[in-house]
Amino acid sequence: MDNKRKYVIPGDVVTTGPFRPEQNVILEGNKIISTTIGISEIYDDSVKVIPLTGKYIPKINDLVIGKVISHTSLSWELDINSCYVGFLPAQDVFGRDFSAHADELATKLKSGDLVAARIANFDRTRDPLVTISDRDLGKIDSGDLIKISPSKVPRLIGKRGTMIQTIEMATDAAITIGQNGWVVVSCESPEGLLKAKKAIEMVDEKAHVANLTDQVKEMLESRGES
Amino acid sequence: MGGRDATMVLLDENGIRCDGRKIDEPRRIMIKAGGLKNADGSAYIEFGDNKILVGVFGPRDVHPKHMSNTDTGILRVRYHMEPFSVGERKNPAPSRREIEISKVIKEALEPAVMLDKFPRTAVDVFIEVLQADGGTRCAALTAASVALADAGIPMRDMVAAIAAGKVADTVILDVNNEEDQAGQADMPIGYMPSLEKITLLQLDGILTPEEYKKCVQVGVDGCKIVYELQKKALHEKYFGNGGD
Repeated sequence: MDNKRKYVIPGDVVTTGPFRPEQNVILEGNKIISTTIGISEIYDDSVKVIPLTGKYIPKINDLVIGKVISHTSLSWELDINSCYVGFLPAQDVFGRDFSAHADELATKLKSGDLVAARIANFDRTRDPLVTISDRDLGKIDSGDLIKISPSKVPRLIGKRGTMIQTIEMATDAAITIGQNGWVVVSCESPEGLLKAKKAIEMVDEKAHVANLTDQVKEMLESRGES
Repeated sequence: MGGRDATMVLLDENGIRCDGRKIDEPRRIMIKAGGLKNADGSAYIEFGDNKILVGVFGPRDVHPKHMSNTDTGILRVRYHMEPFSVGERKNPAPSRREIEISKVIKEALEPAVMLDKFPRTAVDVFIEVLQADGGTRCAALTAASVALADAGIPMRDMVAAIAAGKVADTVILDVNNEEDQAGQADMPIGYMPSLEKITLLQLDGILTPEEYKKCVQVGVDGCKIVYELQKKALHEKYFGNGGD
């Protein structure tokens, strides 16, 4: 294999030889086969495929944006744009002296509220457990929600955060990206908000295009003048 | 069904079939990935005069809940023919034949999809036959596999399918409606090209052991042609061109 990156679809042989299969690849004999549509990357001793499509699968420590669906007397359920619902226990919000009799969950989070949360625990036997007890987590009071494909989140962040920095700098917007493909944008000026939203949608649509950061930059600047 | 012509010649002395094809030539095949906005993945296929649309949803919650499996995700397939897909109106209620084909396609896709990563969920595949002209199960299976890949469901390999058969004592590739009605045998084959494994093999008709082997070989070679088109369809949608 001369080139390190290439476009693959399920069943394509990424490479052969003594490599460790990582994300989205399987080892079949001595062939490493892609299991999804994406871009393959071969490192010194491992192989992985960055997916271009697919639903969000929770991973421990991921920052996600969730929407409260409902609550019981002990916990909230969050829609985290996945095939599983996020489970947010009441202790996480009220503290350890939470009492199901004394505390009413609806006073803190109502259904429809947006929260920035972190996946605290997830395995295949249970729904993902999320937490909001950390810095920068918790209820989101203002901002617009944009839904993009979860597989395009890395593209929106860019290499070492270049893409998101470009958008934030040009528009003065504060952007929170959830790994689940939900993005919250808030901005003082309505024009900035509009521009930032447009830029995010552009990334979602043109994720496969090379030099996208430059294109986004150009778009943001040209709009600024008019 | 299309009018059967008693004087129709299925295979003439020059080895040309009733629709002008050679014995090892498939019909015109066009596959398009995507197209349905509300489905997680979709595909459209034109396989000769067959026109089939496939939508895939999931992984998603299983309803009814008792169907869910705590060890793995489940695959559900619905093959359905539109009332206007054939000459005489077809009752839209699922027929015995449609239920069988749904099951057969499901079992042909199961070796390819890796649903053990999504326990307690379901992946739903909806196949709508808009126009039928023989060999819909193969075309539907081909399109379903593209739609599953489009939905991002992890798969060991794509599944390509085509039928081989026998008319006028000759083994042929890609049986059309006339050949299916008047021919001697029809053998749909589903095949995973990279893993070199067969996932669907049915046979309607009588073949000698030699003819059987020949049929399987012709079918597998045909699947490789179909696979190239599946590949092209996915490359076109995701990478914006026919190849790398």
